[in-house]
Amino acid sequence: MREILDDIDRWRRQAKKVAIARVINIEGSGPRDPGAAMAVNEDGEVAGSVSGGCVEGAVVGEALALIADNAPGRMVSFGYSDDEAFAVGLTCGGIIRLYIEQLDW
Amino acid sequence: MSESIYELFQAHIRAETPVALATIIEGPGVGAKLLVVRGGTNEDVTGSLGHPELDRVVGRDTAGELEAGRTGVRHYGPEGQATPEDLIDTPTVSVFIESFSPAPQMWIFGAVDFTAALGRVAKVLGYRVLVLDAREIFATKRRFPMADEVIVTWPTPIFERSGHTLGPRDAVCILTHDPKFDIPAIQGALATSVGYIGVMGSRKTHDKRLARLADIGVSAPEVLQRIMSPIGLDLGGRTPEETAIAICAEIISLRTGHSATSLKHTEGSIHS
Repeated sequence: MREILDDIDRWRRQAKKVAIARVINIEGSGPRDPGAAMAVNEDGEVAGSVSGGCVEGAVVGEALALIADNAPGRMVSFGYSDDEAFAVGLTCGGIIRLYIEQLDW
Repeated sequence: MSESIYELFQAHIRAETPVALATIIEGPGVGAKLLVVRGGTNEDVTGSLGHPELDRVVGRDTAGELEAGRTGVRHYGPEGQATPEDLIDTPTVSVFIESFSPAPQMWIFGAVDFTAALGRVAKVLGYRVLVLDAREIFATKRRFPMADEVIVTWPTPIFERSGHTLGPRDAVCILTHDPKFDIPAIQGALATSVGYIGVMGSRKTHDKRLARLADIGVSAPEVLQRIMSPIGLDLGGRTPEETAIAICAEIISLRTGHSATSLKHTEGSIHS
């Protein structure tokens, strides 16, 4: 989280809407620990990462949808157990659960 | 006007004061937050999860997690019920508790070439780096721009002053090669609960060092076991940079308890 604060502050100064995704847990083998965080602004700019690059693209999509819908926070998961996993896929073959929310707190 | 939880949260992270954030991630009140800051003797709690009893119980648990430096999910009832029988027939509130602790410290004794390389690698790994040497002309910020602090000092006073801040996540690396500096540095480090003590030197130097330590009464196997000397994993590297990697790799493998051999030659879970 520390490493993405500067980008988040810059975006907030520019009055951009921001969503934050945080790793909640990982089953099996995953490259990042719980708490790993990634921020996405309304223009699709990204700071930080939540995996070794396998799911970041999908997280941007989820984050932009959340901002567009002005939706409350929600859990999303990626991994070999769900259909989306085949489209996204963790290279390491685990399941990653993330909590995505708008930075409105 | 009071600051938002995020403003408080980011200010504490930047100031490196211990802080924990509890967020409802599933169940009634999703998105609600409690921020817990460790003060002198008690905790400051900001925000609400929607019920005073839930706030009290989660606040207490979050303070405990922060103390232990842990991050994870806990489950409650909407009114703070925490025992399994109380949770029957109630919706479950899942709370993600995330602890943020200050960066671990690495104290490097000896203002030498290896120190600059080790300091750079330690910064990459997220350490707060202190370079310590008694020689004023060598211990300069100009020679060690990566260090968070460069302190001109003998080992004993710095351990007396700040040794209590060292804990299991921290490291002391003694690279001086000079017994009059090494020995008090080892003694000082052993008196703390620091997680890693590494001392540079050849095997011959190491043997002489053990003899000197024995002379001052440091000879118990369980004490000597804490001293990683000669320092570092046997990677066969020679340059200061390669040596820095060997030292940091040793610190990581000791922390995780893993074997430090190639994964190709081991079995089982990689990230356990």
